[in-house]
Amino acid sequence: MGKNFLHPKSLKKVDTHYCPGCGHGIIHRIIAGIVDELGIREKTIAVTPVGCAVIAYDYWDFNCCEAPHGRGLAVATGIKRCLPQNIVFTYQGDGDLASIGIAETIHAANRAEAISCIFVNNGCYGMTGGQLAPTTLIGQKTITTPFGRDPNKGEGWPLKLTEILASLEGVCFAARTSLAGPKEILNTQTQIKKAFLAQIEKKKFSIVEVLSPCPTVWQKEPTKAIEFIQQEVIKTFPVGIIKEL
Amino acid sequence: MAKNKLLLSGNEAMGEAAIRAGCFFYAGYPITPQNELTSYMAKRMPQEKRVFIQAESEIAAINMVLGAAVTGKRTMTSSSSPGISLKQEGISYLAGCQLPAVIINVMRGGPGLGNIASSQSDYFQATRGGGHGDYFTPVLAPFSVQEAAELVMLSFDIADYYLTPTIVLADAIIGQMCEPLVLPKKSNFNKKIPPKKWALNWMDKEGKVVKSLFLKEGDLEKHNQRLQKKWQKIKKNEQRSSVYKTDDAKYIAIAYGSQARITLEAIEILRNKGIKIGLFRPISLWPYPVDMLQNITTNVKKIFVIEQSLGQMLEDVRLALPNKQIHFLGRAGGGVPTVSEIVKFIKKFI
Repeated sequence: MGKNFLHPKSLKKVDTHYCPGCGHGIIHRIIAGIVDELGIREKTIAVTPVGCAVIAYDYWDFNCCEAPHGRGLAVATGIKRCLPQNIVFTYQGDGDLASIGIAETIHAANRAEAISCIFVNNGCYGMTGGQLAPTTLIGQKTITTPFGRDPNKGEGWPLKLTEILASLEGVCFAARTSLAGPKEILNTQTQIKKAFLAQIEKKKFSIVEVLSPCPTVWQKEPTKAIEFIQQEVIKTFPVGIIKEL
Repeated sequence: MAKNKLLLSGNEAMGEAAIRAGCFFYAGYPITPQNELTSYMAKRMPQEKRVFIQAESEIAAINMVLGAAVTGKRTMTSSSSPGISLKQEGISYLAGCQLPAVIINVMRGGPGLGNIASSQSDYFQATRGGGHGDYFTPVLAPFSVQEAAELVMLSFDIADYYLTPTIVLADAIIGQMCEPLVLPKKSNFNKKIPPKKWALNWMDKEGKVVKSLFLKEGDLEKHNQRLQKKWQKIKKNEQRSSVYKTDDAKYIAIAYGSQARITLEAIEILRNKGIKIGLFRPISLWPYPVDMLQNITTNVKKIFVIEQSLGQMLEDVRLALPNKQIHFLGRAGGGVPTVSEIVKFIKKFI
């Protein structure tokens, strides 16, 4: 336990640009710790998204590549097929993965690309000021659903992409975790490590969806944002292992 | 391994040339009139223990190519006009990230879904960047199956040397027609290609990053200036063209791709009638072979531009020769100026 809290070699010693209470820093650190622990730093390649985490490569100290919005898993496919011995993962938000990139996501999973996808679900487009995301909760206000998301007004229902992916033959591991407390954070670490190991051992697609707070867009104090995940978000997006082969 | 002397369609020849140029990763999506290229790669790439993927879309295909390029492997995609429009996002990122890749466009009629007949109406898109941002891509236009293979091989070298996406702009006639060809061992590119130290197939002491994002004030402008220097270098070094009977010519016809092939016949007919006319055929459309065009037209009275479009390359000719009398013959939407149409058109002005 003690060594978990040393600064991972794969994480640069710099301050992040994220808002107070944001989950990205926690997930970055978790990934960096796993990369260290598995001893795969030299052969890890991350594909970073468009969104708040676009400059994750300024924080991770292993090879990284940018992808156009939504195209992370297509870029990762090109990388992994050329370098099958490397560990390739994408880090994507809900808009990136479940909206603009849903075709690339489903097809990479369906081809059983040996890639791990870290899906950060905060229910909104944070970088652009907080618009409706496919994962926005019913009734949740965003700057493009100012009266709260209403499926009866043609704004759709929260999209459960991880469940959809879990139904595909190409997926060997799918789980949803949250950052709503120390226990949940440790569980997130466990599941992401499983996803990386699944990539190495099962050579198929793995995904971990992490419910992550966005206090700025949610207009909540960081502690209230955590409570919102505990009380509201998990009702729509229950945490747990969805598929494990 | 296929033999060196072959009878292939342009589409198949471009596929085989890519394989011989060392293309390790190909991704494509069905679209007419380039399907023979995709199916050729589906068969041949696994034989060579390389990667073929039929992607879920043209967008996915170009982004897979981006991923492959990041690893330092040679990579290519191909499509036809509407599909190339979809690839523009990825091409802009390739240009911004300074990644080498080859993109083949077997042009068909547009706009919109258009039709599947031969056309040259993507000239502007190919030669003016095509996607968002301040960039250009080298563009090479073959006029035979032989040249299609040669230019694909050359485009891999240009892409690697300058670290840029490179376009081979063919048309439906070039893609579909079958001709005998001899596949060269390598291209005629004579510069030494530096090793890809930036590629992510190995890690330095610190992690490496491939990106096109520059948020800090002034950084993106500096990046664009660096790119601009590269475009200027390509403009100076990579102009390519071919001339036919231009030495004593008083008149010059200008055409590229399959239209140049058709125009050659018209030149023969006019020469037999005693008219001193020659053909100037740009091979690189960007950079446009301005230097050669200006050299051979010093004593030329009239210029005839012939295109399978309603006047796109015409603009580059006008920019290169502002003081010349230029006449234009073009057909679009799958219409191809025929030999007799060209002869009749030129005779009108002589």
